[in-house]
Amino acid sequence: MVVNPAIVALVIAALVSSLLLLYSAGFGWHLVRHWDLSSGSELQINLERHTYLISTLVALVLATEAVSLLLFVYNADRIAPLFVGAMCAVGTLNTSAFGFPALLVKILVFFAASTWLILHHLDTRGYDYPLTRVKYGLLLAIAPLLLIESYLQIRFFLALDTDVITSCCGSLFGTNRQALGSELAALPPMLAMSLFYGTLTLTLAAGLAARRWPWAGYAYALLSALAFVVTLAAVVSFVSLYVYEHPHHHCPFCLLKAEYGYQGYLIYGPLFLATALGLGSGAVRLFSGVPSLRTVVPSLASRLTDVSLGLFFFLLIWVGILTAHSALVLLGNEGI
Amino acid sequence: MPPHPWLQRQRYLVDFTVGALGRRKGRNLALVAVYALIVFVLASVLLFSQALRHEAATLLSGAPEVTVQRLVAGRHDLIPGTYLERLGKVRGVTDARGRLWGYYYDPVVAANYTLLVSPDDPPPAGKIRVGSTLATTRGLGVGDVLSLRGHDGQPYAFTVDATLSPDSALLTADLILVNEQDFRAFFGIPTGLYTDLILTVPNPREVTKVAEKVLRALPDTRPIVREEILRTYAALFDWREGMVMVLLSGAVLAFIIFAWDKASGLSAEERREIGVLKAIGWETSDVMAMKLWEGLLISVFAFLLGYLAAYVHVFGLAAALFGPVLKGWSVLYPDFQLSPHVEAFQVFTLFFLTVFPYALATVVPVWRAAIADPDAVMRL
Amino acid sequence: MIELADVRKAFNQGQHNELWAVRGVTVHLEANRTTVLRGPSGSGKTTLMTLIGCLARPTSGRVRLHGRDVSGMTERFLTELRRQTFGFVFQQFNLVRGLTVEENVMLPAYPLGVPRRDLLRRVHALLDTLDLGAHAQAKAEWLSGGQAQRAAIARALVNDPEVILADEPTANLDTELSQRFLDIVADLKRQGKTLIITSHDPLVYESPQVDRVVSLRDGHLA
Repeated sequence: MVVNPAIVALVIAALVSSLLLLYSAGFGWHLVRHWDLSSGSELQINLERHTYLISTLVALVLATEAVSLLLFVYNADRIAPLFVGAMCAVGTLNTSAFGFPALLVKILVFFAASTWLILHHLDTRGYDYPLTRVKYGLLLAIAPLLLIESYLQIRFFLALDTDVITSCCGSLFGTNRQALGSELAALPPMLAMSLFYGTLTLTLAAGLAARRWPWAGYAYALLSALAFVVTLAAVVSFVSLYVYEHPHHHCPFCLLKAEYGYQGYLIYGPLFLATALGLGSGAVRLFSGVPSLRTVVPSLASRLTDVSLGLFFFLLIWVGILTAHSALVLLGNEGI
Repeated sequence: MPPHPWLQRQRYLVDFTVGALGRRKGRNLALVAVYALIVFVLASVLLFSQALRHEAATLLSGAPEVTVQRLVAGRHDLIPGTYLERLGKVRGVTDARGRLWGYYYDPVVAANYTLLVSPDDPPPAGKIRVGSTLATTRGLGVGDVLSLRGHDGQPYAFTVDATLSPDSALLTADLILVNEQDFRAFFGIPTGLYTDLILTVPNPREVTKVAEKVLRALPDTRPIVREEILRTYAALFDWREGMVMVLLSGAVLAFIIFAWDKASGLSAEERREIGVLKAIGWETSDVMAMKLWEGLLISVFAFLLGYLAAYVHVFGLAAALFGPVLKGWSVLYPDFQLSPHVEAFQVFTLFFLTVFPYALATVVPVWRAAIADPDAVMRL
Repeated sequence: MIELADVRKAFNQGQHNELWAVRGVTVHLEANRTTVLRGPSGSGKTTLMTLIGCLARPTSGRVRLHGRDVSGMTERFLTELRRQTFGFVFQQFNLVRGLTVEENVMLPAYPLGVPRRDLLRRVHALLDTLDLGAHAQAKAEWLSGGQAQRAAIARALVNDPEVILADEPTANLDTELSQRFLDIVADLKRQGKTLIITSHDPLVYESPQVDRVVSLRDGHLA
């Protein structure tokens, strides 16, 4: 078993976040049952006071998730040398069936929390807390997600097993594990690029159209999610190649390292933010019919969409720049 | 152009917060002190461990890629030089030679010395070069004589030719460099036999193949790959670090309780202040934002203070407080200067272990303070 | 302008020391008028004022401001409304110790994120009208009673509200300062403000500035 400070920190953070969210969800359920805004009774005032606590706790969980996501990946990369055949984080995550699922659920929790906070912000702009039931119902749905994340993370860390010199001729008997998603890595560059640019252009178009037609706003939210997945795939299949200037280095995590100038942040940062805001804008639009939010929804939704658009646009340009400036040449010579 | 209202609001809140912190200097200084202490302790462990790891990696980078040892009945035995010929020309190996080294137990200081034959520039016959720590412990200077008991029970006198630089202390603390003839005579090892064979393999991707071939050609040997050593050390350091962290979690828990207490224990004056703010038009979220800024400012200050102190402690004072646990068990402690090494990863982890618990501990007390009734001041 | 319909307010509801401070008050207060809430201590006049000024929510009953029901509003909206509409002058003045007069007066505007330069200009204008210009940088705890009250008034006026509420304004002042206070009242009236004052001081409720007196006893209108 591998125990290092980062793992200790991650496990504690996961458990604590789960507890916080469970408490919030539990209270939320209690709140929904007794909520009566028109009443001035002390019970109601108490419930209203608690909403401040819960939203602060969820914000804390979101911030923790974001940092813990980074730490998780960084740590996986750091301990990679302990595993035979692992060259970076990808190898570490592959050591058991829990690695990548844990990462996936962490990302899901991040987006769930960000969406919740955006909805909460919307709710406070209505003079009668119109989304109370929706919000706390949503919390009840997010809490189990956090529990699953904690479970997967703990199982992953427990399953970490290193080959140590004293046992045997480690280098000979350690199995050589291959990197993941060989299908992604094997995608012909031309196809990968068209997929990426195509999806992002479509997303941008939807975002611009949303200014005129509300239904395009929903399309934008869905396309944001798609763009997220496609961009990650793009990073693995060609963007990383250009950054590392190596035709076979597909690792999506090495981008975050110092030796590549931390370029990964410039890609993942805007990507996560753009997707979070895009999803949020869709969620906000769902409530355009609520009377106390009638003026608020359009302005908030369009603001979220615009910022998200800007970030996706930046991504598009940036990937183009990385491709053009790289010393590596992928297209042009080989047939498809 | 005036700043955006939200931004201006934050500036006002920070203004107020800084003033408020100053108004309660005593309490806040105590908090910062304890907070910084926690950061200091954790950061010291992390920095020290990181530095040691870095040292080990740097030093091992000078070690050969593959070391071949002969095993007899599962134990390490001397290896004949003829094995080099049996190995023949292995692709990827640019250099192969025998190496002579051994341990000597000195009952005077109850320590193990390592005797090594360095093929390039060996000391002249009867002379030795001694590691700095050894020299200090045995009180040896250039020209002094060190008498050791040989394999035949006879004393062998060696004259110190030079002491090795203290800069290389981590590697050479207990080292004695001797020439081949003296070594063989002292330990009774006939010519043709070596302690182990070392192979230089410049291309890392061929190391595994080379190891395989060695095993095939020399079945009674064990090839040790340098990467394995590094991995073992890394695992060991990690484990030690992790254990220390778990032990220190008790301290972190105490800190959390302390922070909670400090945050809950608002003086009457403070409560009144918050009551006034609520009464004149500050919302609960405004008061919470102000209090959270307070927490942030304290955290940043304490974090910087603690980290800086840890940095000085580890790299200036050589981690006087924690050295033994992390360095491992050894009688001869080399007195070496660790080279400063800071990592973003480390800072992240530290942040998680200190600021996160603090934020957690203060959320509920801050909230409790902020939900004061606006009309409470009138009832006082 | 401000309507209260059968409002009741209880404290410590459901506990052994439950107290009903206001027990069904219906009253309509007009704009641009000066009203005094009069009654002995324990009559609920202070609590009633907190209900009028949206500092507290009624346990039951409705409060309407400019025809809009505010009893069921969330804290966020209510506070926003309160900031814009009402300015409070407390009996104990309640200035923040350790802050200067200027900083104290600026406080209610902080959550609004008003540009600093505009805010300072407004603050200094207010302080000048109230004869406190010279004391702008003085710490709040150094002020005399009369000065402290004027600082509290300035603070209540910083967001330019329609209504000023004052709780027992002359309770800690001598006759001369009380008269000075009434002069300020006259000034505010001239500016078109609505004033609501609780007092049991005859100097106040018998003053010619007062348009209406509402008497209370035991939480009811007397």
